[in-house]
Amino acid sequence: MSIALKIVWAFISLGVVTVWGLTLNGIVHKIFARVQGRLGPPVWQPFIDIAKNNAIRTAITHGIMFYLGPVFRIAGGIGTYMFIPVLFGSAYFSNFSMSGDILLVMYFIFFGQLGMALGAGEGGHPYSAIAVSRGLAQMTAFEVPFALSIISLVVQYGTLSITEIVAAQQGSFLNWTLFTNPLAVIAAMIAMLGMNMYNPFSVVIAPQEIPIGPPTEYQASFMGLLATNRGIFAGAKLVLYMNLFFGGATNLPILMLKTFSIYMFSVFIGAAYPRFRTENSIRFFLKYPTILGIISVLLFSL
Amino acid sequence: MEQLYNNLSLQFELNDFMLRHGTQASFIAKREQLVSLLTNLRDIHGYTHLVMVTCVDWLEDKLFQLTYIVHNHHDQSDIIVKVLIDRDMPEMDSIHHLWEQGRVFQRELHEMFGISFPGSPGQDEPMILEGWQGPPPMRRDFDTKEYCEANYSNRERDSREPEEHMQRKLYPED
Amino acid sequence: MIDNEINYDSEPVANAGDNSSNPTTSAYPDWRKDDNTLTNAGLPDEEQEWFCDARPQPARKSWQPIEDFLNWARANSLWILAFGTGCGAIELRPLVTSRYDISRLGMQPRPTPRQANVFMIGGYVSIKTLKRIVRSYEQMQGPKFVVAVCSCAINGGMYWDSYNTVKRIDEYIPVDVYVTGCMPRPEAVLAGFTKLKELIKAGKAEGQNLYAEKFDWYKENQKKVIKDWNMPDYNW
Repeated sequence: MSIALKIVWAFISLGVVTVWGLTLNGIVHKIFARVQGRLGPPVWQPFIDIAKNNAIRTAITHGIMFYLGPVFRIAGGIGTYMFIPVLFGSAYFSNFSMSGDILLVMYFIFFGQLGMALGAGEGGHPYSAIAVSRGLAQMTAFEVPFALSIISLVVQYGTLSITEIVAAQQGSFLNWTLFTNPLAVIAAMIAMLGMNMYNPFSVVIAPQEIPIGPPTEYQASFMGLLATNRGIFAGAKLVLYMNLFFGGATNLPILMLKTFSIYMFSVFIGAAYPRFRTENSIRFFLKYPTILGIISVLLFSL
Repeated sequence: MEQLYNNLSLQFELNDFMLRHGTQASFIAKREQLVSLLTNLRDIHGYTHLVMVTCVDWLEDKLFQLTYIVHNHHDQSDIIVKVLIDRDMPEMDSIHHLWEQGRVFQRELHEMFGISFPGSPGQDEPMILEGWQGPPPMRRDFDTKEYCEANYSNRERDSREPEEHMQRKLYPED
Repeated sequence: MIDNEINYDSEPVANAGDNSSNPTTSAYPDWRKDDNTLTNAGLPDEEQEWFCDARPQPARKSWQPIEDFLNWARANSLWILAFGTGCGAIELRPLVTSRYDISRLGMQPRPTPRQANVFMIGGYVSIKTLKRIVRSYEQMQGPKFVVAVCSCAINGGMYWDSYNTVKRIDEYIPVDVYVTGCMPRPEAVLAGFTKLKELIKAGKAEGQNLYAEKFDWYKENQKKVIKDWNMPDYNW
């Protein structure tokens, strides 16, 4: 397939994952509302919010980094997604996975948050600064078990390419990393709780203490961009997890089913548990999941 | 309480003793003796809690009555000390060195009644009335209605008899 | 339940003169430099450059069918900034609980004025509060709507002769919907929001443009009651 056609298909798959990610967000809001005994917003509410935010007629800025913050964020989301093979064996939904490996994807996951931290810092609101410091501290903490479990995977499969990792898991569901390397999967799933920022690791956006976290000063189409990225980034993370730990997917319905189930893990825990403070969550991440990650690395490297 | 009052009377010039509910005593003290009286109450008799400082405007007598309420947490009793000061020269000794929160009450009294407490921190800063330019509004010779009509516009009131109005609204054909 | 009186078409009240159209005084009041620039005279010198001095302009509408769609989106995604000035602040809390649940209508409370669309004023407005209200209202972006709850916000209510309570909020910021009552029940507030949605869908809730068009009038009114103006003339 020519590279031009590949780019076209990559953007089509980006559109698909955006829609799916936003729908997942809507479903999650609905689930949280039902847990609290409410009806909850309609599933398509994120789309309306994005339309409204982009239709706002005025916007203010605080400088160049303020503009670039959401741009970095969405670049991080798109970049993460662009180097993940979405459907195993499909010529159309494999994005640019032939040219990037898992280290690049890991870099992109954290790139967006760093850019957002710079942008939110220029907004000048003290709550943004508090939330950014909390967010970066927590991110550093959950990156440790996540990186350990990736290292364990790389040692296990002897490759950095995501496509080859997925290929190694084909055949039976017993070949999934979930069953061949359960400790790494547990460590990575706990790290995902921190990545998704639902309870108990929601102190970054803590709506009761510091209004809304880093995007306190963001409005209008900045908010639209951030909300779009929430869809893309959620989708990209879920697809990555599905590829690394749950055997990938060969068609779209399987992909939707698997990503939905992976997301629900974080949502159920989020709906049931209270919130950690920053220092508690850092201690937690550096304790149990890190130990699990180290054990799984040792198991496969010794 | 009577015994406490009699003891205090030896030191201070007090009058108008009144006892309510057995635990609430009130009397009038001299202006100059107030700070030492409150210090005495706080340090010797255990009235460690300043409940409030407030003011009554006796317009006809040309007096402001400052009321200090202190509370004893051991026997749950209150003492209300009243001080009468001249309305035309309203000035009083500050008690913010006895109770830190006293300065908030004094700031409010300065704003609402125009009573000055020399030395009270921040008493000239606006507390509630930012940018207030009229006379102190809680004095009784300040006509709030007049001030209100001069400064804020009114919305025409449209009063209706509820029964008739609802009948016309719900059953317009009748 | 809802006072449907909206003063969009009414002329400015007589006691607040529109200085820009009055040739006898100087061409501009002291808070305006020229047609599009504000002086920010109330700010200290070191804060002058922190704030923008441009005057708000009415926003252009898009092509009508697109505008209709956008109005539908706006009506179905109202983000509320609740300004709890008085007892009315209590009425928003039941609205987000499971009994009334405004989130099913696409509404959610929003903690910062930058992201909110609906400004909900709950109760009486004193001068000190009015400063904060004006500031928060001007910081809100885009088509922004104001819902004023309680009779105090409409005509002063029980504070009709108070020395420190303004009696009509719509002289200081444009109000879309009033909800009467002392206190209005949460149902009444919900009905007010439903009314607001109808107004938005019909394209009648253009308070932001009204504020920009009659900016002089609103500013004069605000400056008349706020005696110590120590904030920018327009809080971008």
